[in-house]
Amino acid sequence: MPYLTDLTTRIARTEGDPKIISTGPGSLSPADRLGKALGWFSFGLGLAELIAPRQITRALGMEGKEGLVRAYGAREIGAGMLCLSIDRQLGLWNRVGGDGIDIATLLPGLRSDNPKRDNVMIALVVVLGITALDVLAAQATTARHGGNGAEPRSYRDRSGYPKGIEHSRGAAKNMAHAMAKPIYQTLKNPMVAHGPQ
Amino acid sequence: MRALVWHGKEDIRCDTVTDPEIEDARDAIIKVTSCAICGSDLHLFHNLIPAMLPGDIMGHETMGEVVEVGKGCKGKLKKGDRIVVPFTIFCGECEQCRRGNYSACETTNRKKGLAEKVFGHPVAGLFGYTHLTGGYPGGQAEYLRVPYADTTHIKVPDSLSDEKLLFLSDILPTGWQAAVACEIEPSDTVAIWGCGPVGQMAIRSAILLGAKQVIAIDCLPERLSMAEAGGAVPVNFLEESIIERLNELTDGKGPEKCIDSVGTESHVSVSQPDTLLDRAKQMMMLETDRPHVLREMAYVCRPGGILSIPGVYLGLIDKVPMGHIMNKGLTIRTGQTHVNRWTDDLLRRIEEGQLDPSFVITHTVSLEDGPEMYNVFRDKQDSCIKVVLKP
Repeated sequence: MPYLTDLTTRIARTEGDPKIISTGPGSLSPADRLGKALGWFSFGLGLAELIAPRQITRALGMEGKEGLVRAYGAREIGAGMLCLSIDRQLGLWNRVGGDGIDIATLLPGLRSDNPKRDNVMIALVVVLGITALDVLAAQATTARHGGNGAEPRSYRDRSGYPKGIEHSRGAAKNMAHAMAKPIYQTLKNPMVAHGPQ
Repeated sequence: MRALVWHGKEDIRCDTVTDPEIEDARDAIIKVTSCAICGSDLHLFHNLIPAMLPGDIMGHETMGEVVEVGKGCKGKLKKGDRIVVPFTIFCGECEQCRRGNYSACETTNRKKGLAEKVFGHPVAGLFGYTHLTGGYPGGQAEYLRVPYADTTHIKVPDSLSDEKLLFLSDILPTGWQAAVACEIEPSDTVAIWGCGPVGQMAIRSAILLGAKQVIAIDCLPERLSMAEAGGAVPVNFLEESIIERLNELTDGKGPEKCIDSVGTESHVSVSQPDTLLDRAKQMMMLETDRPHVLREMAYVCRPGGILSIPGVYLGLIDKVPMGHIMNKGLTIRTGQTHVNRWTDDLLRRIEEGQLDPSFVITHTVSLEDGPEMYNVFRDKQDSCIKVVLKP
């Protein structure tokens, strides 16, 4: 298709525009980066739980709970999407809650008659480690992006009318219909002095 | 030079980049003395607007001193001139420019093909915005190349401070155009959703244009206090019903004119379930914008009224009540601002003391602090309403 090769349809920087020499301080904090990384992890784990629940339940000796694993997968994907969005705090706290549910689900797998209890133990340790990361990221992100608890300032002294509101009220009545009129009839502007041709 | 550079979602950095150079006879280079972070920069910060590239320089509210001019600017601009740079780049020669529709300039978008594919027709080039509007480097930097500089400038006098003049670049004419689009009559009530910088300017503009009553709707006390100072009746939508309050203030008839200064990223609240649904759809890429304010305006506006939309919308919206708009005979007016159409008049009003736009500035910081201020402004921390950067 010809337009795909047309330079004007490409999203590319124009030659001559400033280029980066070195990079400086940025808006993303370590907590934001950790939150994003946990979001991608959540997304990946959720996909695995949705696609391969049987392998997961078999590895944990929890056969028959494939439906539950799939539901957890959907929850992980939702939390991952939130973590990757601007509502990251919500996503991270959602993950913390989900970690609690995961732990509660894994604990019964430690029973002595479960031949895969070693795997369950490893899974629990991993989940506990990730829970610690989730709590850390959620707290840090909330501290950084949440309200700081300060009282909102009052800007009641900022009217924007140096001579008072009554001096300005209606001062531009003559412009009220300027949009509907041809520009050359309403404004002095040298660029359009000749009007439409 | 140093500049605020877009690297991805929520990732803006103060980088060192190569200096801009004159590329065309109509170019000029300015040394930036003041620039600002605009609400629409947050849409880029959130990566909601498509066609940004890592390495793009942010910023479209800029002013400074001319330090270099191309041959084509002779007689119109010279070294040492102090100018405000309108965010819309325009040629002054095409049919749209001759009609005063500068934001629809047919010449200045250097990625015309891309814009045509997306919008159907090209729109004007804009500074520090998406490549759909030309991908021109922005003005949150120490220096800025101004293309079509012989027309794309507002000369300003030395007698006024940067703070009084800077907002001629965008938010003042944007609020003004939104109010002018309402064709305000002396008996009119104008309801304005969103008391951010553009909403604040729209409030003052509606007062200047002679509205009987201006109602300002928001949920942040600091913004509502500033709106009240400007002569508006504040309505906090988290504390009272907008519909009931507007009816109460208009004898049950509703406001004749409604202005949406919120745009695509409307507040998400459990008390407004449609906003939750919009947010979920936006995350799943089922719609690009959250049009809660449009729905509300269409519902409360008096039949025969005007809905004016200066707030930025990006693409596709869902569940907008077209039936309300049609049956009530509402007129919709919107568009990017034709900045220079209004700036001569607005500059005169600033000089005469009818208006001082510097009231809106709550934070002034260095360029290095810019990336952090994107967070402060977005998170509405420290009662932040408008950030000015000093390179």
